[in-house]
Amino acid sequence: MLGPYATEEAVAAYNHEHGTDRPAVVQYVDWLRGIVRGDLGNSLAPPEPPVWDVIEPALVNSMKLAVFAFLIVVPFGILGGVFAGLRVGRPTDRGITVVGLSLAVVPEFVTGLVLILVFSIWLGWLPVTAQWEPGAGALTQVRHLALPAMALAIVLFGYIARITRAGVVEALDADYTRTAYLKGLPRNTVISRHVLRNALMPTIAVIATQVGYLVGGLVAIEYLFNYQGLGLMVLQAAQQKDFTLLTAGVLVVGVVYLVVTLIADIAFALLNPRIRFQAAE
Amino acid sequence: MSSTEPGATALHVADLDVSYRVRGKDRQVLRGVTLEVARGESYGLVGESGCGKSTAALAIVRYLPRNGAVSAGSISVAGRDVLDLRGQKLREYRARTVSMVYQNPGAALNPSIRVGSQVAEAFTVLGVPGGDATDRARDALDRVQIADPGSVMRRYPHQLSGGMQQRALIAMALAKNPELLILDEPTTGLDATVEAEVLDLVSQLQAELHTSVLFISHNLGVISKMCSRVGVLYAGRLVEEGPVGTILRDPRHPYTVGLLRCIPRGGVRKDHGRLDTIPGFLPSLGAEITGCVFADRCALADDRCRAEEPRLDKITPVHASRCWHHDRAATLPRAEIADLELPAVDRAGAPLVELAQLSKVFKQRGHEVHALTEVSAAIWPGETLGLVGESGSGKTTLARTLLGIVPPTAGTALLEGGELPTRYQKRSREELRALQIVFQNPDSALNRRHSVRRILLRSLKKLAGVGGSVAETRMHDLVERVRLTERTLTQKPVQLSGGLKQRVAIARAFAGDPKLVVCDEPTSALDVSVQAAILNLLVELQAEKRVAYLFISHDLGVVRYISDRIAVLYLGRLQELGPADVVFEGPHHPYTEALLSAVPTVDGGGRDRIRLDGDIPSAASPPSGCVFHTRCPRKLGAVCEETEPPLVEVEAGHHMRCHIPLEELRRLQRAESQPMAPTA
Repeated sequence: MLGPYATEEAVAAYNHEHGTDRPAVVQYVDWLRGIVRGDLGNSLAPPEPPVWDVIEPALVNSMKLAVFAFLIVVPFGILGGVFAGLRVGRPTDRGITVVGLSLAVVPEFVTGLVLILVFSIWLGWLPVTAQWEPGAGALTQVRHLALPAMALAIVLFGYIARITRAGVVEALDADYTRTAYLKGLPRNTVISRHVLRNALMPTIAVIATQVGYLVGGLVAIEYLFNYQGLGLMVLQAAQQKDFTLLTAGVLVVGVVYLVVTLIADIAFALLNPRIRFQAAE
Repeated sequence: MSSTEPGATALHVADLDVSYRVRGKDRQVLRGVTLEVARGESYGLVGESGCGKSTAALAIVRYLPRNGAVSAGSISVAGRDVLDLRGQKLREYRARTVSMVYQNPGAALNPSIRVGSQVAEAFTVLGVPGGDATDRARDALDRVQIADPGSVMRRYPHQLSGGMQQRALIAMALAKNPELLILDEPTTGLDATVEAEVLDLVSQLQAELHTSVLFISHNLGVISKMCSRVGVLYAGRLVEEGPVGTILRDPRHPYTVGLLRCIPRGGVRKDHGRLDTIPGFLPSLGAEITGCVFADRCALADDRCRAEEPRLDKITPVHASRCWHHDRAATLPRAEIADLELPAVDRAGAPLVELAQLSKVFKQRGHEVHALTEVSAAIWPGETLGLVGESGSGKTTLARTLLGIVPPTAGTALLEGGELPTRYQKRSREELRALQIVFQNPDSALNRRHSVRRILLRSLKKLAGVGGSVAETRMHDLVERVRLTERTLTQKPVQLSGGLKQRVAIARAFAGDPKLVVCDEPTSALDVSVQAAILNLLVELQAEKRVAYLFISHDLGVVRYISDRIAVLYLGRLQELGPADVVFEGPHHPYTEALLSAVPTVDGGGRDRIRLDGDIPSAASPPSGCVFHTRCPRKLGAVCEETEPPLVEVEAGHHMRCHIPLEELRRLQRAESQPMAPTA
């Protein structure tokens, strides 16, 4: 913080002022105490604002992008997976699987770059950067977020579609599906009532695991689109050795991940009575 | 088989060929099957796995797997051709005319939909409006004797026992009062007592509704109880057909003769003789067969059998056999003749293994589950102790405690007088190799990545502590002992049939010259002919090595065949322990009596079934007094509810836990039923 030419006295004074001359255990306990009180500490970068003031806007930005990406990819991914699963082994299935996998192996910043080329530079429909002017309206924000969200959706599509497809194939093969068909139920009823409900359980679990990545791990996309999200913020904190900001950022990502996993577990239990009743018994 | 006028039969299958397309080739599974089920009749289809029984059923309900197709022949149900039904017509057929109930009821119900709405669906599909459908579903559950149908309707499938699940499925299947009900192994995997209840229910409903039934089973005992006529299927061919009694008493096809001889029945025991087996294997799927399908495995086969296929010829107007030598079928030579000298068990000497007051309590979500309560028993060298009881009775926990997989909460196990450490990790190599196990499912017990050679060499190293050329010699010796061929050594478990895999598992257990082998349902997943061969092998090894077995099985015929003594467990308590013949012939504990009467035997008749009310109570809250009093048909009264009877020696070597005196039991049981007389 003080630069390579700082005097030893200045370093000692700085350390004393920030409490970093104390034993590590004491510092850790102090940090834990702060968290319990809701105080994450102050950033080490001048003018040393409270870290929450830095994290909050980044978190909000990250959430916006993540929600947007999810809104695009979840319906398409599930739809694609169900479609492929119902036509397993046929050209539709092969096509969806091949396209999904091909898109998934391309890193998201490469996909993002291609999208920028096509939609911003050639067609000029959408802005190049994701960051909007302060005070921009919702529609402007959506226009700015469209490209990075699409890039993420494209990467995740193959993954979600594949898991969904596997779930559908398994449910179609299950004895209870045979029971439903042999009852004389029409195909649409069998699929909507008996197959999908069970088929989507693995998908929900997988979607939840992707949230941590979407909220805190999007360094490349945020960098490429110059978007102030959590990923970029954590990266910058690491580069500047701003340890208070770094730990707080990682903590926030962890909390988001926990909360989302909890929501997914609840959704899972709502769909799966076996889990719901185990907990109740 | 001449067909009568259409409409008089519930099911008419004519010259049906079905093939599966596997790796680009059509492989024939059913070969010109012709059969007829009259209205109200119950027709049984038997045969071992891979014979095409289920394929026939799936063809009838038009639900063959994607790669399967009917290539020739016709199927008509209630006079209507079903093979060209499409779309709406096919749905109507499934909704109104035909029903099917199959194995594994837990998987056949949708896990995430309440039972009530699943049953109601069978009515809504017939056009019954929502509210009425719910009412009718409740009535349907009531009809299959489900207690408190209202509450069952609101439950999810996993909250019901296997027997209840199968009842719900039967309720669904009968909702439409179908022309034809297909039951495909409906009770396989259920406990004997539950099986008996489900079978009783089916018979009763069938009599009420005059439903025509096609009953598929590998179990001849079940078929003889449920059906009036039976067809025997082998390699996709119907080889024999006739009234059940005739087929069982006077089989005229060598395959049927062989099947019947494989089953340990009529009180036959290992010291009476060996079981017969059917040598060889089922022809592979879609094999080209020129002569008789069974010629390769038939001791009566001659050149004509191999060159020219016999027709299904009528022996009497109702009995037909597809065999050139049907008049000589009964003279089929036995496959295994060598009789064995079984060593006498010396019970005056020291026991090999002693279980002293073993108890095991599992803690589950704050509840204490008493899986085992003060079980004491001894096993002497060279003898087999059979362990029987319904699922949840503690059989497996007892075996696991002995092996040190589950440490007991109290009590000890002794090996040759020395106390065994409670966990296998603490046991010496000597102790480990002395106690070995053969599991029900060799698939998950053998490492699928290793060759048989590697599996056996590793066991020899771990258990016998030998390597190099010594291990090599011992391995070849083992392979010969369990009647495997040298060729097997290079193969991996996945390339072997179920019977061969079980032989490898047995060889593994015997690698270290064990003193006691726990056999946990070792033949339950196998066909009867393979089961017979495995039982013979176990008996041979016992005669040779004087090894003792703790043999767990739900199949009482098998247990009786192989056991010297029998222990009966109920809710973790030993209820009866005694010599096999004494326990089976009686007088026996009321629970043993009920278990025995639940088993449908090929010999049939004899005794009326004793009903056990309800399911086995939860081990988390066992009943007071005698734990069996809630289901006991011979309950005396308050004394049974209040005081647990002690396990006492009622006669020499025969222990029983019951308030009723032995003589009284003898009188009661003799009055009500004739004990099974050994027919062998």
